[in-house]
Amino acid sequence: MYAALWRVLPGSRWMKILQVSVLFIAVMSVAVEWVFPWAAATFIQPDTVVEP
Amino acid sequence: MTAGLFVLLFLGWHVWYNDIVSGIAQDNAGAELAEEWNDVPVTVPEFDRTLGTSAGVAVAPEPPITATPNDAERFATMLVPRFGETFERAIAAGIDPKTVLNIREAGIGHYPQSNDLGAIGNFAVAGHRTTYGAPFGDIAELRVGDRIYIETDAGWYVYRFRNLEYVWPNNTRVLKPVPEMSVKAKDRILTLTSCHPKLSAAERIIAYSVFETFVPRELGAPTEVAAIKAAG
Repeated sequence: MYAALWRVLPGSRWMKILQVSVLFIAVMSVAVEWVFPWAAATFIQPDTVVEP
Repeated sequence: MTAGLFVLLFLGWHVWYNDIVSGIAQDNAGAELAEEWNDVPVTVPEFDRTLGTSAGVAVAPEPPITATPNDAERFATMLVPRFGETFERAIAAGIDPKTVLNIREAGIGHYPQSNDLGAIGNFAVAGHRTTYGAPFGDIAELRVGDRIYIETDAGWYVYRFRNLEYVWPNNTRVLKPVPEMSVKAKDRILTLTSCHPKLSAAERIIAYSVFETFVPRELGAPTEVAAIKAAG
């Protein structure tokens, strides 16, 4: 999967590293901003309240 | 492999990153909320300010009663010196995770079935012990006599920590006007509920505090409160 990505990206080795970095930061931003909060709210139950 | 890495990243985010970021944000949000009460002059509700005696025993002045607003609305902040030198978190109405307990603008929620702040009975609140800013992360570190301050636009409600209790998650008797008992309330109790053990939902840890006094805003912040404001 990562080898294929490396072949598809255009430009020199350094251009590819730059693009991979940008891509990585973009994916992580989306994860931290939206995916992780959603996953926490959906899969992890609150555990602080007393309820009947 | 990528998926596994992502799950690990998520857990790290949930337990550490989001906890720390939320904690800082909650402290700032609490300080900002209290700042508004300083700027806007408010009329302090009528209450008895004399420290009287009853059968030779000093009794605390009657504090004003702060009505609990609509769900998710913030109406007070909690300052606990034992929880850190900048600990100032907002209290909102209700215990809904998505709109109160998990958010960076609040973190502490008031049980709607418990009594209003300042009223005779039990003012009960919930907060996370781990993750989401963990307002009650140090709940087990409280020492007998520690002061807990609840600030509103009217002033500061001062409570002193009395004892801890460990109960099952379904024990709502801790929210009764006199916790765990079916008798008529005479005192004002502050009840904090959180999870126990840490990162588990198996039990609940309960911290009880007893009302000591009320300091109206025009008298100025108590020393410990002023220290937290200065540090934050």
